[in-house]
Amino acid sequence: MPVTLYDKLWDEHLVQTDDTNESLIYIDRHYLHEVTSPQAFEGLRHKQLKPWRLDANVATPDHNVPTDRGNTFDAASIKDEVAKIQVVELDKNCNNFGIHQFDITSNKQGIVHVMGPELGYTLPGMTIVCGDSHTSTHGAFGCLAMGIGTSEVEHVLATQCLKITKLKNMQVNFNGHPQRGVTSKDIVLHLIKLIGTAGGAGHAIEFSGSYISSASMESRMTICNMAIEAGAKVGLAGVDATTLDYVKKHSNLSDSMFSKANEYWQTLKSDPDANFDQTIDINVSNIRPQVTWGTSPEMTIDFDADIPSQGDIDEVNHENLLLAKAYMGLDESKTLQDLSFDRIFIGSCTNSRMEDLRDAASVVKGKKISKDITEAIVVPGSGMVKAQAEEEGLDKIFVDAGFLWRDPGCSMCLGMNPDQLKPYERCASTSNRNFEGRQGNLGRTHLMSPLMAALTAVNGKITDPS
Amino acid sequence: MTNSIITGIVATFNRDNIDTDQIIPTEYLKSIKKFGFGDFLFDGWRYLDEGRLDMTADDRSKNHDFILNKEPFTNAKILLTRDNFGCGSSREHAVWALRDFGFKAVIASSFGDIFYNNCFKNSVLPIKLTKEEINHLFEISSLSPVSFEIDLLKKDLKFDGNYSYSFDVKDSLLDRIINNLDDVDITLEHKNHIEAFEQKRRHQRPWLFDYSN
Ligand code: SF4
Repeated sequence: MPVTLYDKLWDEHLVQTDDTNESLIYIDRHYLHEVTSPQAFEGLRHKQLKPWRLDANVATPDHNVPTDRGNTFDAASIKDEVAKIQVVELDKNCNNFGIHQFDITSNKQGIVHVMGPELGYTLPGMTIVCGDSHTSTHGAFGCLAMGIGTSEVEHVLATQCLKITKLKNMQVNFNGHPQRGVTSKDIVLHLIKLIGTAGGAGHAIEFSGSYISSASMESRMTICNMAIEAGAKVGLAGVDATTLDYVKKHSNLSDSMFSKANEYWQTLKSDPDANFDQTIDINVSNIRPQVTWGTSPEMTIDFDADIPSQGDIDEVNHENLLLAKAYMGLDESKTLQDLSFDRIFIGSCTNSRMEDLRDAASVVKGKKISKDITEAIVVPGSGMVKAQAEEEGLDKIFVDAGFLWRDPGCSMCLGMNPDQLKPYERCASTSNRNFEGRQGNLGRTHLMSPLMAALTAVNGKITDPS
Repeated sequence: MTNSIITGIVATFNRDNIDTDQIIPTEYLKSIKKFGFGDFLFDGWRYLDEGRLDMTADDRSKNHDFILNKEPFTNAKILLTRDNFGCGSSREHAVWALRDFGFKAVIASSFGDIFYNNCFKNSVLPIKLTKEEINHLFEISSLSPVSFEIDLLKKDLKFDGNYSYSFDVKDSLLDRIINNLDDVDITLEHKNHIEAFEQKRRHQRPWLFDYSN
């Protein structure tokens, strides 16, 4: 019987199914960071257990690290006392238990989902977990990757397994060629607008179609990254030549090991007639640049469309609409192009890779940011991205235009470090969540592509990227 | 069998997509503890000022219009809301905050997948009902404060004395709440299985184990 990629990965890792439908799944790779791990390590200590398999684990601090660190910086120099405790605690836990960490002083440190693939820790066909919902990013490599809670982090450390129920299969076919000014971010925002933030709940979404086949690994990662914003814990894409090229470049495997693996990796795609519980076909040629107007990623519109009003939606959703408009300060505005922006954030595990920074730099080159913008920052996703961008001179383009060029971390994606919006500030952001207060108490977030965010920096307003 | 009945006051949140950033804002994720999050539950809605980890509810300026600041809801045990509750971030802190406040159950038409899993690790019962049933429960709760009774063994929810809705939830998950079981202990009973599986994998997919840095 033809099977889906998700089902293949599931079967490959199935240790045991019990009669209540919960299964034990073996975990190949476990990424850890400072925020969701301390309680898990505490749990291990309490039970007097050791990690089951040390070499499956890789750690780095990313969520709360300052991004203006400079070169002479270590955990002890973090000013926020509470954040410092977490970073120091991660150091301590990794040292005590023997877990490999790229610590805050490492030039490879970065957002775990950016750092992992580029250091070759993410390999096709793996099961990958992390105490972070955007672990779905790694699905771009034909992996079964998902976010887990802290109790599960402890469980994976202690048993190398996860106890879960199988998801249903959803297929999203993206066919066609995007128009000028339309990126993978616009395409995934469009999907979320279409199916809603609960649209993929209970499903693994496999992304396929001619657009995905022609997309770079970075674009595929952006799309899988935001599967969680469409409600799906798992997003994934089949392995093809693009995947294998990337892995060849980034992994440390010997040639003989690589070719051994290669044979298996070639099989990591859904069979032609595999059955999906749901299939959605989207022609990307019709998608226009997308920007969110509200406080949920599904509150997305074409950049020049009218902001929805009560007449446009059914009654049940009025409450949501009114609350979101009030929070975002949109009562007087007809379109997003009427709004003035205060801050620009280019970064996050969604959009802080080379492709994203190159896109943004292409718009900014030779220009200055609008004088209405109070602060514009670029936060590369990892030490490797930062170094590569500097080698290409992108840092200079950004700085010349008036951007701040920062050190790697999650930064203003969630505002756990000092990079935060002030109340009522409006931000053009390349991150993935526009929730109330996500980027700072009462801050207003509009999600968009790096291209659009860079353009907004230059013009102070949303403008046409084509 | 002490954990098989949940009763208590119902607090209502009439909106969809309440994400875990709303349930507990990022600021409080800096704690390295597993308890003590109750005062920060729904922080952005509950208080007028900005909080910090070292503050308690008494130090803060409260939003008196917010339901959990009003009697008798300060003592609410059951939360009634609409669609996709707990979407967004995987932070288990969201469930810890609900638990520490005193919530024993959350009723919604759907939940974020990761949040749903996290609930069972912390003795908070997520109950899925249909949108029609949820509408009805909102009607009942809108007039005056009400209590529901939830029977975990019968898998039903009683309201208004005589009426009840039944709900569906996996027995093994329910079992963890009723008997306060720990997943790690349960899984380690199958230690030999895991070892055998790993051995086979090491042989079949050696590149996953060959990796050194
Ligand atoms: S960049 Fe944002 S979404 Fe990504 S891991 Fe960090 S906080 Fe989470």
